[in-house]
Amino acid sequence: MSENQKRYVARSTAIAARALGDELMIMSAISSTLFTLNETAMAIWEAADGATSLEEIVSARICGRYDVVPEVAMKDAEEVVAELAGHGLLLVSPEPIAPAGSPVSKELA
Amino acid sequence: MKTAIQSAEVIVDIGGQPIRLCCGDPRFLDMVRQRYAGYVSSTSDAKFEFEIELAEPNGESRDEDVQVSWNSGQWHMARGDFRAQFNPAALRGRIRQTINPYSLDSVLRIVHTLLLARQGGFLVHASSAVRNGKAFLFAGISGAGKTTMARLAPADAKLLTDEISYVSFLQDRYIAIGTPFFGELSRVGENVSAPIACLYLLAKGDKNTIEDVSGVDAVRGLLENILFFAKEPELVTIVFEAACSFVKRVPVRRLTFVPDNRVWELIV
Repeated sequence: MSENQKRYVARSTAIAARALGDELMIMSAISSTLFTLNETAMAIWEAADGATSLEEIVSARICGRYDVVPEVAMKDAEEVVAELAGHGLLLVSPEPIAPAGSPVSKELA
Repeated sequence: MKTAIQSAEVIVDIGGQPIRLCCGDPRFLDMVRQRYAGYVSSTSDAKFEFEIELAEPNGESRDEDVQVSWNSGQWHMARGDFRAQFNPAALRGRIRQTINPYSLDSVLRIVHTLLLARQGGFLVHASSAVRNGKAFLFAGISGAGKTTMARLAPADAKLLTDEISYVSFLQDRYIAIGTPFFGELSRVGENVSAPIACLYLLAKGDKNTIEDVSGVDAVRGLLENILFFAKEPELVTIVFEAACSFVKRVPVRRLTFVPDNRVWELIV
């Protein structure tokens, strides 16, 4: 795959996340909706630093950990990313994504 | 600075947060004193102050959803029957409403959700009672059995509320505090507090059962019942964190019950 086909993923800053036992809960600060991630989604989520491409994440965090064919792992990962991005939990870009400041830093009551 | 003309006032202290309510109409203040009996403070110290301006009735509706937004350093609250602002930095606010007890009650609920959020606490749709020094919360949507559990409470239980429980985070533990916010029971809760021993998520059934709820299900069950008016991302995050913190410290159980007083035999 050429460099310009890569996709980079980064966690949205408009969320709150907390691991509870084996599960990860994410709450969208925009929609107040609560999500629970499965193991695969958690692996992608944790590695989504904006600097590592999705292909590298799948290779290192999915194929390196689970007995899965790379093409299948990539297809599954793309579905997970599309769903998370659709809910505003992940940002996706063909370029590396610079770390963003917290969008919720204003002082409230 | 004191204003030249002092308006009359009453201080309502819920959850240790005394709010001075100032209004030029003594009839309204008398109504406030009666409505919040047990929560009216004789202290001259109030951390927060609201100036209440009374408007002529004009067919206002209380059926609309409450709108709460943050703008220019103030919280803005509005419904058909009131408009209010609260400046958390100045600890001051204003309310414009007609003479009725419901508008002020709504404003106080909203203000307390905002104040509590900063302290890791929350208001939750739950009845609650103190028994043997421990507080028990019974959460659920309308019709789940909050008022029923309050009604069935044994004589030695102190009822904190049949509708809205006040949960405060103090010294690394969660405390339930009585509120004057009532539901169908139309009875002001006792102004006492106790550490929370358990949060029960209510369901009506054909037999009494209790099952543990943990992790995601517990957080979800709690969040579904937390009063949450403001949609600002920071506040959403704070409330989410508070719910996660709560379920780590307090047991959450699902209580399916037959509405008779035997259910309280299970509450220990």
